[in-house]
Amino acid sequence: MLLQAMDIHKSFGESRILKGVDLTLDEGKVLVIIGPSGSGKTTLLRSLNLLELPEQGTLEINGKHVDFSKRLSKKETRDIRSQSAMVFQSHNLFPHKTVLENVIEGPVIVQKIPKDRAIDEAREILDQVGLIDYQNQYPFQLSGGQQQRVGIARAVALKPKLLLFDEPTSALDPELVSDVLKVMKDLATKGWTMVIVTHELKFAQEVADKVIFVDQGVISEEGTPDQLFQHPQHERTRRFLSRILQRT
Amino acid sequence: MAPFVLGEITIDWPLAFHSFWPILQGGLIYTIPLAIISFIFGLALAMLMALLRLSRVQVAQGIARVYISIIRGTPLLVQLAIIFYGLPDLGIEVSPFAGAVVALSMNVGGYAAETIRASILSVPKGQWEAGYTIGMNYAQVMRRIILPQAARVSVPPLSNTFISLVKDTSLASTITVTELFRRAQEITATSYDFLLLYSEAAFIYWVFCFILSIIQGRIESRLDRYVATH
Repeated sequence: MLLQAMDIHKSFGESRILKGVDLTLDEGKVLVIIGPSGSGKTTLLRSLNLLELPEQGTLEINGKHVDFSKRLSKKETRDIRSQSAMVFQSHNLFPHKTVLENVIEGPVIVQKIPKDRAIDEAREILDQVGLIDYQNQYPFQLSGGQQQRVGIARAVALKPKLLLFDEPTSALDPELVSDVLKVMKDLATKGWTMVIVTHELKFAQEVADKVIFVDQGVISEEGTPDQLFQHPQHERTRRFLSRILQRT
Repeated sequence: MAPFVLGEITIDWPLAFHSFWPILQGGLIYTIPLAIISFIFGLALAMLMALLRLSRVQVAQGIARVYISIIRGTPLLVQLAIIFYGLPDLGIEVSPFAGAVVALSMNVGGYAAETIRASILSVPKGQWEAGYTIGMNYAQVMRRIILPQAARVSVPPLSNTFISLVKDTSLASTITVTELFRRAQEITATSYDFLLLYSEAAFIYWVFCFILSIIQGRIESRLDRYVATH
């Protein structure tokens, strides 16, 4: 098992966002998290990269283990965070760096990989996401879909065990969504382990090995895409799915 | 009683000519170096104070708050007097130039701290998260991701601070630094041509500041290269 999160609890002030969530994922598998807004799905995803710090629960990724009920040391934080990389809804590219500089920043500065090698690898990744011609542009010169693909390239360049996607297409114009989804599908085919928060059900159906439905801070239903989308067990899951399908 | 008359303005050209270089020289060897050195030290101090203000440690925040409050709440002229005329009472004697550097640096440190703090806070939270998710620590994110973006925001206000500083160096004349204004004062002591000599001093200050504002524009457009210009 590559990823195992147990009994994750997280509150913001008085409001309890996650109320004891368990999550497991095998290497090479794709997990899609769906759920209404405010359900806690993004908080859950962010907890895996320690961008949110749960008050309780344990997390294990690739053998690295943390217990959130204790104060984490810097080393623990660094070790477990380095197992995953996040692709943000609003890409959060570094605006003062070119596309290539964005992609090599982590490998060169954090992983201390020689710059020449990092550049070669980054160009290869940019080629895969179809942006090799844009390597010397600044993020503002790209379209939203291109920016998001750079965001994906930046995460992939770190060679993490786990790729995390936080609604990667939600902020995009509809016509730009498919390019981003195609890149993500490629990654899934190549065997990357991925956790994806998304409302793209058709995409989820195609790439997910497992889907979980998060509602009011707990996982209320989980299964294969077929089980969850075609035969949802709970009324709330059914209602959520029909709302999403009407919208698209 | 002599009637008040607005006399004919006669400019003493030879005096204007002969005094120009000594005054300008005071500017070149004291005013400009004083401003540049004080600005560099001042910015370092301001950066330290901004980081203290942003830290989660209450004591650190408190130190920075008190410092900024004292600097902003007291006149620079008084700060200069305390350092140059007051500190010798404690056995600490400094040269006029060093005293001026200390006072002006501390002053810039207080004012620019809030500018730098605000510009750091203006960088979106997502930039911090992006830095953390690629494995950077606080210092790396601050240095490589946040500060370059904060710099762009802070150039206009910091340029204003620097231009104010250039003019504030004239206060160093009160602690005997023979900078631009003091040179003019010294010449008036023998020629009594106040209007001419002080106007000359003013003109040179203006030229300095005008050149600085051109440089400011250049820096701003350079830092703007990675943002869309509409």
